Amino acid sequence: MSTRIFGSGIKRREDPRLITGEARYTDDIKLPGVLHMAVVRSPYAHANIVSIDSSAAEAMDGVVAVYTGDDLEGLAGLPTAWLIPDSDLKTPEHPALAKGKARYVGDGVAIVLAGDRYQAQDAADAVVVEYEELPAVIDPEEAAQEGAPLIHDDVEGNIAFKWAPFDKEASDAVFEAADVVVSERILQQRLLPTAMEPRSAMAQYNPATAELTLWCTSQNPHIHRFIISAVTGLNENKVRVIAPEVGGGFGSKIPCYPDEALVSWAAMQLGVPVKWTETRSENYLITIHGRDHVQHVDMAASSDGKILGVRATVYAGMGGYLSTAAPGIPTILHGLLYVGPYTIDSVYCESIGVMTNGTPTDAYRGAGRPEATFLLERMIDNVAKKIGMDPAEVRRKNLIPAFEDGYDVAAGLTYDSGDYPVAFEKALGMAGYGEFRRQQKSAAAQGRYLGIGVTAYTEMCGLGPSQVAGAVGFQGGLWESATVRVTPTGKVQALIGASPHGQGSETTLAQIIADELGFAVDDIEVIHGDTTETPMGWGTYGSRTTPVTGAALAKASQKLKEKAKTLAAHLMEASEDDIEYADGSFSVKGSPDQTQSIQDVALMAHLAWNMPEGMDPGFEESQFYDPPNFVFPFGTHIAIVEVDSETGEIELQRYIAVDDCGPQINPEIVAGQIHGGVVQGIAQALCEGVIYDENGQLLTGTMMDYCMPKADMFPNFELGETVTPSPHHPVGVKGVGETGTIASTPTVYNAVLDALAPLGVEQIDMPLTSAKVWQAIQDANGGGS
Amino acid sequence: MQVAITVNGVVHERDVDPRTLLVHFLREELDLTGTKIGCDTSQCGACTVQLDGKVLKSCTLLAVQADGAEVTTIEGLAENGEHHPMQTAFWENHGLQCGYCTPGMIMASAAFVRDNPGASEGEIRHYLEGNICRCTGYHNIVKAVKQVADAAAGA
Amino acid sequence: MWPNKFDYVRAGSVDEALASAAGGGKFLAGGHSLLPAMKLRLDSPEQLIDIGRIPELQGISANGGLTIGAGTTHDAIASSADVQAMCSALASACGQVGDQGVRNFGTLGGNIAHADPASDPPTVLVACGATINIQGADGKRSVGAEDFFIDLFETALDDGELITSVSLPNCSDCQCAYVKFPHPASRYAIVGVAVCLKMDGDTCAQADVAVGGATVKAVKCADAEAALAGTTLDEAALNAAAEAVKADIAEDLIGDIAYPESYRQQMAGVFLKRAIAAAQG
Repeated sequence: MSTRIFGSGIKRREDPRLITGEARYTDDIKLPGVLHMAVVRSPYAHANIVSIDSSAAEAMDGVVAVYTGDDLEGLAGLPTAWLIPDSDLKTPEHPALAKGKARYVGDGVAIVLAGDRYQAQDAADAVVVEYEELPAVIDPEEAAQEGAPLIHDDVEGNIAFKWAPFDKEASDAVFEAADVVVSERILQQRLLPTAMEPRSAMAQYNPATAELTLWCTSQNPHIHRFIISAVTGLNENKVRVIAPEVGGGFGSKIPCYPDEALVSWAAMQLGVPVKWTETRSENYLITIHGRDHVQHVDMAASSDGKILGVRATVYAGMGGYLSTAAPGIPTILHGLLYVGPYTIDSVYCESIGVMTNGTPTDAYRGAGRPEATFLLERMIDNVAKKIGMDPAEVRRKNLIPAFEDGYDVAAGLTYDSGDYPVAFEKALGMAGYGEFRRQQKSAAAQGRYLGIGVTAYTEMCGLGPSQVAGAVGFQGGLWESATVRVTPTGKVQALIGASPHGQGSETTLAQIIADELGFAVDDIEVIHGDTTETPMGWGTYGSRTTPVTGAALAKASQKLKEKAKTLAAHLMEASEDDIEYADGSFSVKGSPDQTQSIQDVALMAHLAWNMPEGMDPGFEESQFYDPPNFVFPFGTHIAIVEVDSETGEIELQRYIAVDDCGPQINPEIVAGQIHGGVVQGIAQALCEGVIYDENGQLLTGTMMDYCMPKADMFPNFELGETVTPSPHHPVGVKGVGETGTIASTPTVYNAVLDALAPLGVEQIDMPLTSAKVWQAIQDANGGGS
Repeated sequence: MQVAITVNGVVHERDVDPRTLLVHFLREELDLTGTKIGCDTSQCGACTVQLDGKVLKSCTLLAVQADGAEVTTIEGLAENGEHHPMQTAFWENHGLQCGYCTPGMIMASAAFVRDNPGASEGEIRHYLEGNICRCTGYHNIVKAVKQVADAAAGA
Repeated sequence: MWPNKFDYVRAGSVDEALASAAGGGKFLAGGHSLLPAMKLRLDSPEQLIDIGRIPELQGISANGGLTIGAGTTHDAIASSADVQAMCSALASACGQVGDQGVRNFGTLGGNIAHADPASDPPTVLVACGATINIQGADGKRSVGAEDFFIDLFETALDDGELITSVSLPNCSDCQCAYVKFPHPASRYAIVGVAVCLKMDGDTCAQADVAVGGATVKAVKCADAEAALAGTTLDEAALNAAAEAVKADIAEDLIGDIAYPESYRQQMAGVFLKRAIAAAQG
């Protein structure tokens, strides 16, 4: 029997071009005669724009044009595309260049078009803008208070929405009756997504055909086409969006930004191609930030450790404008996850979206779900402490028992499948949990502070059924489509609407097709990222490409296999019932010599010399796939840390991750997703965090100050797995792109607080920098030592 | 100003504005776009090349400073059409995802292992402080570099 | 980002460099301090005088003491057997500057002319009593490291003056070390402590201590030195020195929102002890 390609950790098919420098990302693409765009950006977080004098800039070498917000005739403002129902949502206008007022540092005020980047930046520096500075507000809870500076005239009290879909009275009753209630104010600090490739966009307009081509760093070129068409007024079939090689996104390349609209508009105005690429400093100012919640959280429990309810009031910072999907993040993707993997019967969430003078926020890896998992896991440790029970034991006591096909939870979701206890015990076994607790005690006797954190999680991904998308106000569908096209010589082109940008989908998706149809993986090309070449799709985010696009491809492949079987039977003059299939070859039962390979069949289908009655020629199938439910991967992560009480430094000694994403198509790629996600989540706990000053100036504006995780901060990770297929997915797979980020932040945070417990430290705002940890130790000791 | 810079074995003579950074010279003048730009502050290492065999962040050197020097970029690392062992190791060990940091990672790691065959995992992790990756969590990058370091020590 | 426009001159000798400097501008050695500032347009000199190819600024000579050409790279210093033997703390500090790419091209002269308070080598130069050798239109002069560093990004260099070399006494009979608490993002020093101990048997005959990172400039710490001298470096002496060093740097503290002054001050005490432990091997 041959080795099955599904489940094999084969080398990635995208790598040869990436390891040799031959891949072309947006900024690598050159067009003759291209102009470079530089953006004049507000240096103030909140300011009236009094006047703009571009005369000096216009006179400079190489400068072709300077435009301000008032010049952008025919360019509509950027839309918000997730309109949460029943939340009194306000969607303030978001012009591509600020008009009258700038609302965050980096808000675009004017653009300069010049012959090269250096000239464009020189001229942008020479544009003189007179501002009248206004008071600014950054903290979302402060911004929601009476008397806070008003950011948009049409957003009263800066409240963009209030979402509270659960029964408050029922929740209150649970809390009143509970033995134990623990409370904490949790700060989910702002994070900078920091895809290593900065954003870039280049537009070319052909006036003769009225066609616009936009190359841009996008996770969802079809959504970009939709929005660019809407803001420029061009017909959608005259807009082509190409996402070439894309260097990571983590959510930050989902939104359609002013910059992409501006290069498109400028290319249309000037009739020459226009390119813009952000610098990292610009990226930190203008590309969306993640998280930014102030949460007031309570958990109710019985004195023997049964969790009875969770409730939270969340102030979610939206920044100066509502980004494309922003309202959906702290609501649908957050509050619906308050049950986690536990038997919690009562949940309540009030999420208040607040305009601030920060950079707009939007989806960042995990998007709402890490913020939910963190609060659950933090509060469980608080409950454990309060009732004097081991935190692992509290979790064990509350885990939902194994289920194979559907489990309804109090937050309104139906989980697809799960066996949380098995993953949980496996992780505890790998960590040697009991033994560690003994070591911890003996270390404490020597004045060493070791700690352990355990997180059980489940998350909702593979977004999602379109009907649900509509019900929750998402202004799009959440299906995917794919075409499997076999050439006459038996080579495969798989065209997908999703747009992977580092996930390895060209490999995993090819493995699905290879497994279904018997083609060699090397004979399958997965084609994506071009709205003209590929069928419609909603994009790569929410850990959805493998589950949703993968399902579309599996089903298209299955349809082709059926056609091939019928044609093979016809060609071999056998009954279809007698046809057997193995490894890409059809044979007649009892006559093993008589075979037709899938390639033979493909050729005959193209030639169409001898087709069965009623069968159309060609060998190609398309499939739209709208999932019937989300998928719910799960697992347990454990961290072991040591805190240096002299300095507050944290050493991460071990990290164990047991994840279940259903059957793994390519275990190496799955592991890579977990490694990367885990580091991103740990970095939130330990070192990453945006800092603004009181005027809204970004103090973490470069990698000198914003702490990106580095290789020497981490041990090798210890990974384990369990396999629980999704019952509703054609090949059982779940997503895995966000699990690491979702699980790891509370895991490491709780480990550190566990280590600090003997010192009396109960809470520290993230990130847990050495200075904050040290200060917390001093404060707990009453300032002395 | 007139410069002559040898890149991947070929001498390129150009008249450049003195403020041209070497990375822009490579990317814009020579269209060698394998070398990337990921930050403004010499932190991320996406622009790493080798200059006269030494690891360099090409965003932190003027092209005029490289006049007369020999530069190797990711496009010039393979020899006789064969991947450099570090390229092979990154591929075999899944040491990359989006690929953007990869050219710099490979250029830096190749020089490191050349100078430090048999390097330990800890030394590799410490050395990589000058190269930032957002996708891989470094786990498989370290594995790839270790594989080459071990092979170099055994040879 | 990228720099503003400037004129560029390449000097073949110190005299040529000094002659060009009469027209203003800045010297460009490795550029690893200057160019990042220029790229962010925090600094925009009208002229750059490239001194990176001047032979007389290169190299390390060991002749009773050490003389290190200003154009010598951090990597060359860190890997020099002479420096390791005669001032291992400097080798260590230069080996901790930036990362390998930075150390390959960044120079000692450029580093100290820039006078970043969080940089590593200045702390060792101050602790070990280095001399900065300077040349200008009016001739040569030498300044002790302690007097050379004046304030944040401010040195004793006058306009048009060039650092030609740095001299250090032979410290091979001392126990010296540089220990750094790096900022997790930039890897610059939150605190860096250099110590140089002259031991007479078990007794510390003389201690030289300097602190950087936590201060606007590298600071020589007389009280901490006094607390150590004449002791056996026992726990009481170390505790006393750790307290004293906080007083030594109190006037010069620097901090930011993430790592405030108070924290850095405390850490100076912690890292002084660690530096002494490292020096004692």
